[in-house]
Amino acid sequence: MSYDPIMLLDAYRRMRAIREFEERMRREVQAGTVPGFVHLYCGEEAIAVGACMHLQDTDYIGSTHRGHGHCIAKGCDIEGLLLEIYCKQGGLCNGKGGSMHMADLNKGMLGANAIVGGAPPIAIGAALTAQVLGNRGVALAFIGDGASNQGTVFESMHMATVHKLPMIFMYENNGYAEFSGASWHLGGGDITRRAGGFGMPAVKVDGTDFFAVYDAMAEAVRRARDGEGPSSIEAVAMRWYGHFEGDMQTYRKKGEVDELRKTSDPLPKFEERATREFGLGVEELREIDEELREIIDEAVDVAKAAPKPLAPELYTDVYGSY
Amino acid sequence: MPQKNIRDAINETLKLEMRRDPRVVVIGEDVVGGLGGSSGVEEAAGGTFGVTAGLAAEFGRRRVIDTPITESAIIGMAGGAALTGLRPVAELMFIDFIGVCFDQILNQIAKFRYMFGGKARVPVVIRTMTGAGLGTGPQHSQSLYNMLANVPGIKVVLPSNAYDAKGLLTTAIRDDDPVIFCENKAMYLDACEVPDESYTIPFGQAAITRPGSDVTVVALSRMVTLANQVADKLAGEGIRVEVVDPRTISPLDTATILGSVQKTGRLVAVDECNPVCSFASELVSLAACEAYDALQAAPVKVTAPHTPVPAAPDLEQYYVPSLARIEEAIRNTLGGSTASARKVV
Repeated sequence: MSYDPIMLLDAYRRMRAIREFEERMRREVQAGTVPGFVHLYCGEEAIAVGACMHLQDTDYIGSTHRGHGHCIAKGCDIEGLLLEIYCKQGGLCNGKGGSMHMADLNKGMLGANAIVGGAPPIAIGAALTAQVLGNRGVALAFIGDGASNQGTVFESMHMATVHKLPMIFMYENNGYAEFSGASWHLGGGDITRRAGGFGMPAVKVDGTDFFAVYDAMAEAVRRARDGEGPSSIEAVAMRWYGHFEGDMQTYRKKGEVDELRKTSDPLPKFEERATREFGLGVEELREIDEELREIIDEAVDVAKAAPKPLAPELYTDVYGSY
Repeated sequence: MPQKNIRDAINETLKLEMRRDPRVVVIGEDVVGGLGGSSGVEEAAGGTFGVTAGLAAEFGRRRVIDTPITESAIIGMAGGAALTGLRPVAELMFIDFIGVCFDQILNQIAKFRYMFGGKARVPVVIRTMTGAGLGTGPQHSQSLYNMLANVPGIKVVLPSNAYDAKGLLTTAIRDDDPVIFCENKAMYLDACEVPDESYTIPFGQAAITRPGSDVTVVALSRMVTLANQVADKLAGEGIRVEVVDPRTISPLDTATILGSVQKTGRLVAVDECNPVCSFASELVSLAACEAYDALQAAPVKVTAPHTPVPAAPDLEQYYVPSLARIEEAIRNTLGGSTASARKVV
């Protein structure tokens, strides 16, 4: 497969933005500035970006509680996201969603979702809309290995198969369902074989390899747009941090994450191949790094300084009319 | 004006709204009916009770979306489709089945608009069957709309006759919020005059089905029919019963209910739901908190007991509020005694 250098630069920018964003959030959570639960995406950047590089604003994604990376990959505004995480006025959801419920329908982002397995039924609804309207749109649900055990996920795969919906089930096998390892919690041990059992093409790829995710997505999206029905991709990429930030991770052996950083960091992996094979310049990547650091620094400052929602906001947006 | 039963009024409404707006789709188990059967007869059913008959023939299977038995996927898919531009009318065959899809209603559909900061519209209708009386037992006979009215973000509608069913369903389909539309399964063949053309009935506007000044009876769905019959009977004795049918319990027309209670000073709340933390309790609370000075007697609840719905018809007849219990409650509140209202047998 050939890769457009402009696309690759954009992909790098999004992956770096996620990394920078999440590392900064980690420091902010530790400093106690962020309300609520925060679930970080470090280590899994290539999955969201490898998937979303194939999607337009008119395509939809359903997300998870670990949704920051999906939002950034889908093109949501960084400042809007930070305002939302800080629950401030002007956040993507005006502060009523917070980290676990961020949505931007204009960007085809159907919401992070704090119910594990909550999003796939909604995402197949977006796929149904595309099918009914005949607009060649597609929908994708990000699903963790933990969520892969939920009945809603099976039902969604099944419904998508029966109705040949333009749908992609993107499993993010990050090794853990909260505190439980996939080697224990995953009955049968193989998400891809399960998905294949529903009669859809199901492939397993290295989720730390942008190119592997991107290539698998290319075929899944083509099938969906051509009306051939759903596909499943299982992308394996261990998360670097806890289930939530603050999780002591006593269930992980010491040194596991250090090893992951050394051997399977999706960003250096991408950079190595993109510079060696596809002509991206190291310097332009460093410029992107610097630029993103500034953007996120500024956006965090804006979010911290922004006004909080006013009390009457409690009552608005429950209904369109009542 | 033509007479139509509730089943046909709903069927006609679905057709009118699907003709009016190509974004309206119908989703549910057997809404086409018969797909894949050995007879080769598609559209063999048109819904369990024939409510969606003829839709697939007119609108095609792309808009009349038959599904496997998979309620979470049905309701979630309808919610996701509503978020992204369709106006789905999903069918949850029996409200009892809410147990297997409640997350999609409670945590997803009901909350989209609020948790997305007002930037989402969720024009989805969930049609569902409620009610006991047909011997269908503990898992096909419940009236669980109480629980739904407790959830902010959804509207709950309970038509008590074919005219209201058409007008309220039209409003529901055109509404930009999620609506649970409760059809009492024992009432589908109840008929009244229903115009052929479309019309809407606003949510949050009660109907006074019998005007009176001695006692207020608030009733829902099939209980309105029973309350009307009791009111007509007692009118012969000079007891003037006012029957109020809220038609929607979320939003609730508290003004009409309170206005009636302030006029009569007496409230009998009739409902088929279980009594604890119930709609009937809500009515009593409303009267106690906001019409206290007007009350001339303690409000009375006539509800199902705090039991599941029994399958045995001999027991079920005691479960559902009866004409006799409603009448007794009215007489008691007029006489100042409420003791017998608490026991159904």
